[in-house]
Amino acid sequence: MAIRSFFVPFLLLVLWFYSSLSPVLSLYEDQVGLMDWHQQYIGKVKQAVFSTQKTGRRRVIVSTEENVIASLDLRHGEIFWRHLLGSNDVIDGIDIGLGKYVITLSSGGSILRSWNLPDGQMVWESFLQGPKHSKSLLLLPTNLKIEKDNVIVVFSNDRLHAVSCIDGEVLWKKDFETESFETQQVIQPPGSDLIYVVGFAASSQFEMYQINARNGELLKHESAIFSSGFLRELSLVSSETVVALDSTGSILLTISFQNGEISFQQTPISNIVEDSSGPAVIIPSSVPGIFAIKINSVTIFIRVIGKGKLEVVEKLNQETAVSNALPISESQQAFALVQHAGSEIHLVAKLAHDWDANLLKESIKMDQQRGIPHKVFINNYIRTDRSHGFRLLIVMEDHSLLLLQQGAIVWSREDGLASIIDVTASELPVERDGVSVAKVEHNLFEWLKGHMLKLKGTLMLASPEDVAAIQSMRLKSSEKSKMARDHNGFRKLLIVLTRAGKLFALHTGDGHIVWSHLLHKSEACQSPVGLNLYQWQVPHHHALDENPSVLVISRCGPSSDAPGVLSFVDTYTGKELNSLSLDHAVVQVIPLPHTDSTEQRLHLLIDSDKHAHLYPKTSEALGIFKREFSNIYWYSVEDHNSIIKGHALKCKCTGEVADEFCFDARDLWSVVFPSESEKITATVTRKLNEMVHTQAKVMADQDVMYKYISRNLLFVATVAPKGSGEIGSVTPEESWLVAYLIDIVTGRILYRVTHHGAQGPVHAVFSENWVVYHFFNLRAHRYEMSVIEIYDQSRADNKDVWKLVLGKHNLTSRISLFSRPEVITKSQSYFFTHSVKAIAVTSTAKGITSKQLLIGTIGDQVLALDKRFLDPRRSVNPTQAEKEEGIIPLTDSLPIIPQSYVTHALRVEGLRGIITVPAKLESTTLVFAHGVDLFFTQLAPSRTYDSLTEDFSYALLLITIVALVAAIFVTWRLSERKELQDKWR
Amino acid sequence: MAAIVRLLLFAFLFTAPLFSLGSRNGFTINGRVKIPQGFATKGFALPGRMSNVKVILNGGQNVTYVRHDGYFSFYNVPSGTHLIEVVVMGYFFSPVRVDVSARNPGKVHAALTENRRGLNELVLEPLREEQYYEVREPFSVMSLLKSPMGLMLGFMLVVAFLMPKFVENMDPEEMRGAHEEMRGQGAPSLSTSLPRGARN
Repeated sequence: MAIRSFFVPFLLLVLWFYSSLSPVLSLYEDQVGLMDWHQQYIGKVKQAVFSTQKTGRRRVIVSTEENVIASLDLRHGEIFWRHLLGSNDVIDGIDIGLGKYVITLSSGGSILRSWNLPDGQMVWESFLQGPKHSKSLLLLPTNLKIEKDNVIVVFSNDRLHAVSCIDGEVLWKKDFETESFETQQVIQPPGSDLIYVVGFAASSQFEMYQINARNGELLKHESAIFSSGFLRELSLVSSETVVALDSTGSILLTISFQNGEISFQQTPISNIVEDSSGPAVIIPSSVPGIFAIKINSVTIFIRVIGKGKLEVVEKLNQETAVSNALPISESQQAFALVQHAGSEIHLVAKLAHDWDANLLKESIKMDQQRGIPHKVFINNYIRTDRSHGFRLLIVMEDHSLLLLQQGAIVWSREDGLASIIDVTASELPVERDGVSVAKVEHNLFEWLKGHMLKLKGTLMLASPEDVAAIQSMRLKSSEKSKMARDHNGFRKLLIVLTRAGKLFALHTGDGHIVWSHLLHKSEACQSPVGLNLYQWQVPHHHALDENPSVLVISRCGPSSDAPGVLSFVDTYTGKELNSLSLDHAVVQVIPLPHTDSTEQRLHLLIDSDKHAHLYPKTSEALGIFKREFSNIYWYSVEDHNSIIKGHALKCKCTGEVADEFCFDARDLWSVVFPSESEKITATVTRKLNEMVHTQAKVMADQDVMYKYISRNLLFVATVAPKGSGEIGSVTPEESWLVAYLIDIVTGRILYRVTHHGAQGPVHAVFSENWVVYHFFNLRAHRYEMSVIEIYDQSRADNKDVWKLVLGKHNLTSRISLFSRPEVITKSQSYFFTHSVKAIAVTSTAKGITSKQLLIGTIGDQVLALDKRFLDPRRSVNPTQAEKEEGIIPLTDSLPIIPQSYVTHALRVEGLRGIITVPAKLESTTLVFAHGVDLFFTQLAPSRTYDSLTEDFSYALLLITIVALVAAIFVTWRLSERKELQDKWR
Repeated sequence: MAAIVRLLLFAFLFTAPLFSLGSRNGFTINGRVKIPQGFATKGFALPGRMSNVKVILNGGQNVTYVRHDGYFSFYNVPSGTHLIEVVVMGYFFSPVRVDVSARNPGKVHAALTENRRGLNELVLEPLREEQYYEVREPFSVMSLLKSPMGLMLGFMLVVAFLMPKFVENMDPEEMRGAHEEMRGQGAPSLSTSLPRGARN
């Protein structure tokens, strides 16, 4: 009896020990960077200003198309500081004032801000208003002062402002009375107190205002009419001369307004350029005495000599970028030209007044995948021998940024990665036999030493050097970035498509770029716009020698009915295998769940005329497709007139596009939302490749519910048209949100719920049998998250074991979506604190592991929230049985636990999307969040129950085993001795 | 007009930050983000460094940064009820609802949405600090014992050294009874009690 009474408390003790091991889902600070990586980008540079004073660090201030202003280290290209402005606060201009403030003009010229150059702290902010919208121009005259105050001249919203550089105070402002006056340039001749504002009124009138820069007083207003009109572009050749083109683009007009007198000088282009054909375009530049025009693809540089005389100085056939002029001494100005020539780029720096002498002439080898140079910015430095050296900042076609100096690339930044539009994952090659495993565990001694160090770390005995050694050892582990598959499936390639039309393959181990590929321009398509990425071929089993490939769908031109282009890219090498220029547009792409014998996935491309085209165009694919012909359904959403339509295939194409692989579609059903009360804001379906482990859900009372799992469910959210704007624009009474679950085969509405007083934007995620969506509740003035779960009732009577035994169940019976489904839905809503930018859900290989929602918050962080918090069965007082099942008592808002931010102390600036990819290991999912920054990590929503954690101490295990063995020997000896003593007794 | 706006703006900046009547198409909301000195000793944002304080209106409609003294402004805001969110790494800020209306210009009507606390002036303070990392517990004998290896050792020690003592101290009578019981059950009590325990 005593043995038992001893064991029970002992077991309880053991259990207590186990239960007290708290479930740590989060990260220790020293684990940062082990499984995650974070990369910071800025986007394609629009404008760059150098700050190279003798004191302080050399920097370059840039503004980008991602709406970032950043200060970069000129030595290494690293970011000192960076600010992302709002999406409707687009940067119009940047400059540096007084050598210590960065001045930015944004929001269509309405907001002028000043930032501290060293740390990016905002110094002041000014709101500039004006009568109407116009071009916005920012000008920082170097030596214009009003009462010892440096002046910023801003033209915006049709008003000229002079703003103090110190505190942003508006010193004076000036309106222009002329109707339809469009300002093109604001000129401040250096050394004078005058400001010229030039532009066009109507289409054929040139206007010039001369203004006193000290007080904004209008000194002179002249206008002149040129009968054949102007093209809306001016090039400034001196402070009192501009060059324009007439409306046909064939006559150059030199307009000078010296002393307030406007005079025109016409020069037909054909007079100075022999074989000119087609209209010319002025390339905006500000090089004194020289301007550039472009005819077809030829760039022509023209010099203005004396009074309106023009002379061609050079014709360049290659793609050319020109920098602005850079004053290098009192009287000299330099500028740079960058030309693209095959695998090289040619750099030339010249003096503005002397075309023939080159200050710099270099050729640099350039990666072909970077495309052509788009922009160039020039900066100079004084060499030790007092001559001028130049550094050039180049923006390439793929949005990358490079600094060139002394004929070499000093640094480069892959800023194309700031604008990812689609992501897919691909496997790495299988490790070949014969290739030895990397020499990580080279010898046992090293291995043991490493683990002893780790043990010291866990026992808190390590010295600071040891800690550093441990950290570097963990971060270095070369296993991580190996170019081969691993057993757990953690190492993969992330294939990303950027807005520049470039594909990158990123290694999930450390985020390095494995290969990159710029989509080729063909004869048929000059400017392909990348749209989507699909997995084209994922070989496994019998087609293992093939390399996997992805399908890139792009469009030839900006309009939505432009013909599409398909490119097939090998994911191991990054080589383009094939490229097809289609003769139809691509409106919708449907990857079908069928593959041919080489594991190529069948894709159905829907064009703008509702024809479906099958790819790949092989007879085998056609055979497979014919078999599934009647089972293919899809839907289309017409946002503007609030209609969702369901489609199926009808027959082969008839008419002029008769092709074996083209099919006509028919409309099956349509759901028309009343356009006066509902407007579609969000549509979400399940991910095609999502795995569901079990359909049954066992309740606490041994009851079973069957999840209604269908790939053909569509979640639609509509809002009142009035409420589709911003928060604060409507009252709760006139805004509502309706959520629908629609079966896309039949068009049947399975569930509908109205949230009164709610407003978009709606972000939703659909997984298994549930939808979670996020919206704004106007009554409570808080964000809300709702969950809808849908269960199948037709299987509810399968709970009887005897029925199952006797085979009287209906589990194997076929389900037709045309029969009316008996479903029940449960839903619940909770408050959520933050605005949301994106929602995703974790996905694992087999779908056994519990799910977490990944919520990209307004603070650009990613929060992991257990799905158990969004369970419609939560109640205020769950019963004991429900508690055991893991149901959390109901609270009105969802908890935000700082430790469950998967991005921990990092920010994914400008977050746009979150992608989850299952690893091979069931417990783990790979998470990739992208925006202007990239972030990748591994997540285990239910902890890593199927593998040892990274910080598992093997040394401790070894010690324990040794100790146990020793103890066995000791006790054996003891018992032997005791036995002997007993026998002697 | 703009001069009046600026004047108003400055007047309010130095009295109570609030919103002022703008020109034809909107109002200006002025406010201040304040991180108390008590906070932020070990946090991620150092006190006094306000360069990364982002203030967001209506879930991204407008984004602005604060000046070094914590003041911020939103220009050209239409009348209505708006939501302001403050983003600073290391701190949790409650979103704030702000009512802007033409009827009572210059009167602040703002409330924290998390706890419905009204604000007299638009001064936003963090509700709490956020610690993104687990804190490593310092080494203790307990944590070592709690590890599976520790438990293994502990169990072994108990069985090897304590058990014989128990058996020794037992009454011979009781001992015999226990033996008989064990024989009768045919299974040691450990195996019967373990699976039940492990299930929990």
